[in-house]
Amino acid sequence: MGNDAAIRADQLVKNFGKTKALAGLSLSVPRGSVFGLLGPNGAGKTTGVRVLTTLLLPDAGRAEVLGYDVVKDAGPVRERIGLTGQYAALDDYLSGRANLIMIGQLGRLSGREAKRRADDLLERFDLTDAAGRAVKTYSGGMRRRLDLAASLIGRPEVLFLDEPTTGLDPRSRAVMWDIIRELAAEGTTLLLTTQYLEEADQLAERVAVIDTGTVIAEGTPDELKEAVGGERVEIALTPGADLDKAAAALTMYTAGPVRADVAARRLDAPITASGAGITTRIVRALDDVGIEVDRISVRRPSLDDVFLNLTGHQAEHKPASRPGGPEDSVPIGGAGTGSDDDEQEGEAA
Amino acid sequence: MSAVTITGTQGPRARSRSSFAWAVKDVWVLTRRSLARIRREPETLADVTIQPIIFVLLFCYVFGNAIRIPGGGNYHEYLIGGMLGMGLAQTAPGTAVAMVTDMSTGLVDRFRSLPMSRAAVLAGRSIADLLTQVIGVIVTAGVGLAVGWRIHTGVLDALAAFGLALLFGYAFTWAGACLGMVLRSPEAAQQAGFIIFLPLTFISSAFVPVQAMPGWLQPVAEWNPMSSLAAATRHYFGNPNPAAGIHSWPMEHPVLAVAGWSLLMLAVFAPLAVHLYRRKARG
Repeated sequence: MGNDAAIRADQLVKNFGKTKALAGLSLSVPRGSVFGLLGPNGAGKTTGVRVLTTLLLPDAGRAEVLGYDVVKDAGPVRERIGLTGQYAALDDYLSGRANLIMIGQLGRLSGREAKRRADDLLERFDLTDAAGRAVKTYSGGMRRRLDLAASLIGRPEVLFLDEPTTGLDPRSRAVMWDIIRELAAEGTTLLLTTQYLEEADQLAERVAVIDTGTVIAEGTPDELKEAVGGERVEIALTPGADLDKAAAALTMYTAGPVRADVAARRLDAPITASGAGITTRIVRALDDVGIEVDRISVRRPSLDDVFLNLTGHQAEHKPASRPGGPEDSVPIGGAGTGSDDDEQEGEAA
Repeated sequence: MSAVTITGTQGPRARSRSSFAWAVKDVWVLTRRSLARIRREPETLADVTIQPIIFVLLFCYVFGNAIRIPGGGNYHEYLIGGMLGMGLAQTAPGTAVAMVTDMSTGLVDRFRSLPMSRAAVLAGRSIADLLTQVIGVIVTAGVGLAVGWRIHTGVLDALAAFGLALLFGYAFTWAGACLGMVLRSPEAAQQAGFIIFLPLTFISSAFVPVQAMPGWLQPVAEWNPMSSLAAATRHYFGNPNPAAGIHSWPMEHPVLAVAGWSLLMLAVFAPLAVHLYRRKARG
């Protein structure tokens, strides 16, 4: 490994009592890149970030940020990093501007420089109008933006974003994404954790999938998708359709297990071959067993598929996704398949 | 796109100070933070403004007439020395609540990810609390003057009394900070403050002469630092001080006793608070 790694972790271990939060986490993040740490709740993402940002001492293993050991050279590390945690790390009773100035001064800026940076960031993050108001009056999106501004005020070379958009509404999330992209374009090294597969796909150049405190896969989003295999077919059936029967009719075209989303009456499976005509053939095959297709599409595998493939369980979706969510996804033939379809479709049919 | 970049141009960094100078600056920045909060929410000052007024009036006009001071003397004059101690020790639960609140938000993580002095969070808080205690001393003295309390000695004696009271109060803020480190919620801190500080103030000569207590309780009250402070300030103000006649070391040497108690508390609680802060924050 050369000097071009901004962040390097080597076999980090951290236990909380009997819970193994980190079980040998290793990763390497090149300078100037955006690195995504993807995993469900409890996978060890936050613990990893806390070790890398000197907030937590590892039980074993070592880590460096910009060549400085996070345990032995915590001071120099702190001078070069910014951290935005899952909850806004701000003083609710101070104004937005006072928060930024305070954090700037504690981050070793002169008073004048801290004020200048604070005003620049407030303007850039569209918070100038609220700058004089106490932070406790801010909306969730505003708090996150201010929190991010606070972690940027000292001009960090490496920025850690721990679930930067968890709990945000879609509009605020889009704003955060824009800011993160802009930061990346300006050359800041970014390590972001997320449980939103879409977010990692959208923002990160490289992604490490972590589960139970260790990296289970790493690569570009494309590489990870490649590893899962080829394209997938997604089929939405008309109301009242028998999902079990449909899945059985599909088997000659699929290369892996068929996933069924009962509530959405949707089937999803990897396909053996791509190419023109596959959708037509599937529609015909289903028609032969008396099942009508509402919509059908062939898509490349998403990080969702990556996760399911690697861990055997589904990653969590963002709250904004359709009601019911992934819990409704059960392997075909699982208990209850089809039954509540009929109820729901009673009136529509 | 805005002309302002997020990362900005590298401006001059004020890096050239010694680490001690930086620590002093960190403490000052965090002291101002606590004071700024008071500016925004002046009602947080109730414990050093409204509370002493209520207590002085209650004790003077409700309990005062029922309390006889051994050796004679005006209860109103007797009370203020005790009120100072109570008013100052009373701010400790506030310190605990503020620390619990800080620890339970992400703000402490932010502080800990900055290249700032580790102890500055606690030191800044204690200095801000000391400044609010000055307000408490002024209010208590003011309402005391209004109800007939007088300083019968010189300016230096009076300053010595106030100085001693503030040293005592400052030691208590560190006790409060420790409390804030071991408790989990602001409510718990408030409760613990009540449970610890109420008996501490009442089993003392702050409001009632020790001689009026049952015999078994008297040694406790005599060795209570609150009694030493009350006796010391009464001594300096030239107010009635019945404790002076008690044959017990802290009552015979109240100034030494208060200074000793305060320094002992500082020596124990300040390093302990910093230790607890580091340990708690490091997970």
